[in-house]
Amino acid sequence: MIPPAELPAGSQAAIEVNDLTVAYRDRPVLWDIDVVVPPGVLMAIVGPNGAGKTTLIKAVLGLVRPAAGDVTIFGAPYEEQRRLVGYVPQRGSVDWDFPTTVLDVVMMGRYGALGWFRRPGRAEREAAMQALEHVGMPELSGRQISQLSGGQQQRVFLARALVQDAAIYLMDEPFQGVDARTEHAIVALLQELRGQGKTVVVVHHDLQSVPEYFDWVMLLNVRRIALGPVSEVFTEENLRLTYGGKLPFLTGV
Amino acid sequence: MFDLLLDPTLRIVALGSAALGIVSGGLGAFAVLRKQSLLGDAISHAALPGIALAFMLTGSKHPLVLVLGAAAAGWIGTLIVMAITRSTYLKEDTALGLVLSVFFGAGLVLLTFIQHRPDAAQAGLDRYLFGQAATQLARDVAIVAGLGIAAYAITFLFWKEFKLLSFDREFGASVGISMRFVDVVLTTVLVIAVVVGLQTVGVVLMAAMIVAPAAAARQWTNRLGTMVALSAGFGALAGVAGSVLSATGANLPTGPMIVLCLTAIALLSLLLAPARGLVWSFVRHKRSQRVLRVEATLLDLYAMARQHADPGHAHASGALRALGGGGAAATWRARCAGSRGVVSRVSRRVTAGR
Repeated sequence: MIPPAELPAGSQAAIEVNDLTVAYRDRPVLWDIDVVVPPGVLMAIVGPNGAGKTTLIKAVLGLVRPAAGDVTIFGAPYEEQRRLVGYVPQRGSVDWDFPTTVLDVVMMGRYGALGWFRRPGRAEREAAMQALEHVGMPELSGRQISQLSGGQQQRVFLARALVQDAAIYLMDEPFQGVDARTEHAIVALLQELRGQGKTVVVVHHDLQSVPEYFDWVMLLNVRRIALGPVSEVFTEENLRLTYGGKLPFLTGV
Repeated sequence: MFDLLLDPTLRIVALGSAALGIVSGGLGAFAVLRKQSLLGDAISHAALPGIALAFMLTGSKHPLVLVLGAAAAGWIGTLIVMAITRSTYLKEDTALGLVLSVFFGAGLVLLTFIQHRPDAAQAGLDRYLFGQAATQLARDVAIVAGLGIAAYAITFLFWKEFKLLSFDREFGASVGISMRFVDVVLTTVLVIAVVVGLQTVGVVLMAAMIVAPAAAARQWTNRLGTMVALSAGFGALAGVAGSVLSATGANLPTGPMIVLCLTAIALLSLLLAPARGLVWSFVRHKRSQRVLRVEATLLDLYAMARQHADPGHAHASGALRALGGGGAAATWRARCAGSRGVVSRVSRRVTAGR
């Protein structure tokens, strides 16, 4: 019914999802989803609560087992390509009272590259410090993580993803609970990543800022409603299809 | 007292209890951090039928045989908890409660059965219910130490993986470290930490040895490594203190004494630890309350000063009391502000400014 977004001939998709269906028990959370994310875009995934945005990201990362469908990263399964993917989970998914420091959390981004049993050393420490400077909080490296504000927690997670040195970043609501200044700093960072040719996919809640922050967008509500450049698919019609009658304001779209 | 320390029996008991405290206390830290404190309780109760079955199958009461039986049953109990949580709508606490009571009940049935058998009436397995530290032999201490060293070696090897699993399981899985496997390893370590204490502390009280030292240690530090070390230290301290106390007193049972010592350590830590202790947070709360009130009084003074051309104009303390609504407290707070040099007294009136 809705043609999948096509790539220009000869280029390879950063993320390709085919016929993905995920169900929790009997209830489908994602239904027959096709996604093609071209490399080098900054893409938002928007949709109402329970639309399956987080589940889609987790399915791409192999964290939830789909009932059907497959996912490829630059043409190969995730298991072979995970070095190319960085992940920023929802801030609320961990216990921030865990006894550890900011630097320690950021270094976790290197654990995958380190592999089994090898401890992080000097190189990992330096990479983590660099990433902390990048997100503007090097002076907090020794801070216990429970003493961070919401925006600082979010930036710690971003720094952890940065040290993964990935080609694709999947971020689950990186703007949740951050103030306006931090939000702008994070957007600048995301746009910088795109400028380096990286692909960034962000679960996003604020429809108003989609055209300003992102160049691609996916509208999702269990099914894929639309996917493509913001200028083409971020239309009132598509938003109505995504949110049903429950869309309170559509000014400026 | 010194006679006690020279007593070889007590030395063995104290040594064994200290070793046990180090193993269960230090490794229990991970259970607490993963919010699986009750898992220790489930494992220890689930171990009871394992002890009974190990005896029935082998006919041996060698502690190593019984510990292995306990470990196997504790492990199976944990697997069942995981399976129930994953495949049904039941939450983990419900699954823990179910497994704990069903296994414990089965263990009691088996123990009674063994005791009524004519050939094994004096099996003495029931000491695993409440523990019996006083009968420890050097052999028992060696088993605790051996298993403990193995568990700590695994923990050292998997340190980074355990930390990742405990803090952010999904991120760990996304970077390709099999969190399910790490979970199995950490659970095994926890099973070891539980079963080494069953002979001394017993099935019923063992959970305290896992949870209390870690809860106390968390109060004093914000580092994982320090927390594990402190937790082990608290466990050892309670082990020795409990053994000595039970030897001095009128036949007090060692296991419960160790647990009571641990409780005291945990209680003191909850109250007195500098950053997280209840006493200090109460003091901090009161202090900031006072600072805020003094600032409110200064604001009142500022508001009054604005009504006069001269900012140094002195105001009657009665006016301040009326504004602050606090009677004598307002003048007292003005005096507090005075000690900071921002308010001065002019006969019976107060003025803001230099």
